[in-house]
Amino acid sequence: MADKIFTAPEMLRMSDPTGFCPGCGHGTAGRLQFEVLDEMGLLEDSITVYDVACDSLYMWAIDTDCVGVAHGRAIAAACGVKRTRPNNPVCAYVGDGATYSIGIQHTIWAAARNENITVIVINNGVFGMTGGQMAPTTLLGQKTITTPAGRSREMNGQPLDVVKLFTGMDIAYLARGSLDSVASINKTKKYIRKAFEKQMNGEGLSFVEILSPCPTNWGLSPQDSLKRIREVVEDVYPLGEFIERGVK
Amino acid sequence: MVQIDYAHDRCKGCHYCIDVCPKKVISLSGELNDKGYETVKFDTSGCIACGSCYTVCPDYAITVIKKEG
Ligand SMILES: Cc1ncc(C[n+]2csc(CCOP(=O)(O)OP(=O)(O)O)c2C)c(N)n1
Ligand code: SF4
Repeated sequence: MADKIFTAPEMLRMSDPTGFCPGCGHGTAGRLQFEVLDEMGLLEDSITVYDVACDSLYMWAIDTDCVGVAHGRAIAAACGVKRTRPNNPVCAYVGDGATYSIGIQHTIWAAARNENITVIVINNGVFGMTGGQMAPTTLLGQKTITTPAGRSREMNGQPLDVVKLFTGMDIAYLARGSLDSVASINKTKKYIRKAFEKQMNGEGLSFVEILSPCPTNWGLSPQDSLKRIREVVEDVYPLGEFIERGVK
Repeated sequence: MVQIDYAHDRCKGCHYCIDVCPKKVISLSGELNDKGYETVKFDTSGCIACGSCYTVCPDYAITVIKKEG
């Protein structure tokens, strides 16, 4: 029998360590993306689009093709890359700040046009790279450096839930996973796999949001950050598959 | 036989691996790597090669190999 082996794709292991903070979920989320591409034999052809935010730190930690664009423009750029290179798997790998605030128009119109790309959004509830300001996903009552008394509905509006935003949208796939446990991580990987399969079948936009810890800006230990996702964040942003073309 | 390749220089000391190991064979090493993070140590004799530590490691520091035969 062959050896059983758990190891990250060589392009991650052999590159410099990532620039993410200790315990940050970006390292795991991106690994799932590259594990899936590797298992599907698509790693070499893959093109990932990053924007100016913590996700851009991947550009120094991988040696597969990538494009770096202005903050919030990764989805728009990924649409362009895909249209010119329709046979390559194209992924916009982005933060929730970018996707739901400055880049929200690209998010909505990529869905309205059902663009044939995969979007992976890291929902850590804050603007990570700039030091933990409120993001559209910040929970009501959550303290950030721009909501020192906690986010209020009156002052800041209600948290933006992509599942509600995309209700009725004719896209290929929408799922939300989490990184709070081994089981959640494995499930999230299945969602990402489905997302890329749908893109390679030409079905249109596949969108996976991932609840992810940002211990630095949450002011919590890595352990307490995962606990917060489990006990607080998942109540507001439920996990699962919400849109799947062809499946009723 | 189980072999664990641990790239301690990649470790950032989040210690997620310690929490998820069902056999509790991962513990603090008491040593710091060059970046100043406290690394972990593995007692491979009790390891069942479930891959949980690999799965939660955000830094690609752990490879688990179960050798057959
Ligand atoms: C056009 C523009 N506006 C603002 C910024 C500043 N900026 C950099 S990263 C960032 C937010 C990052 O948050 P998010 O997109 O959620 O990603 P994270 O860093 O949390 O992974 C902002 C506002 C910028 N770089 N460019
Ligand atoms: S600031 Fe937050 S999202 Fe950015 S690398 Fe650090 S932990 Fe990760």
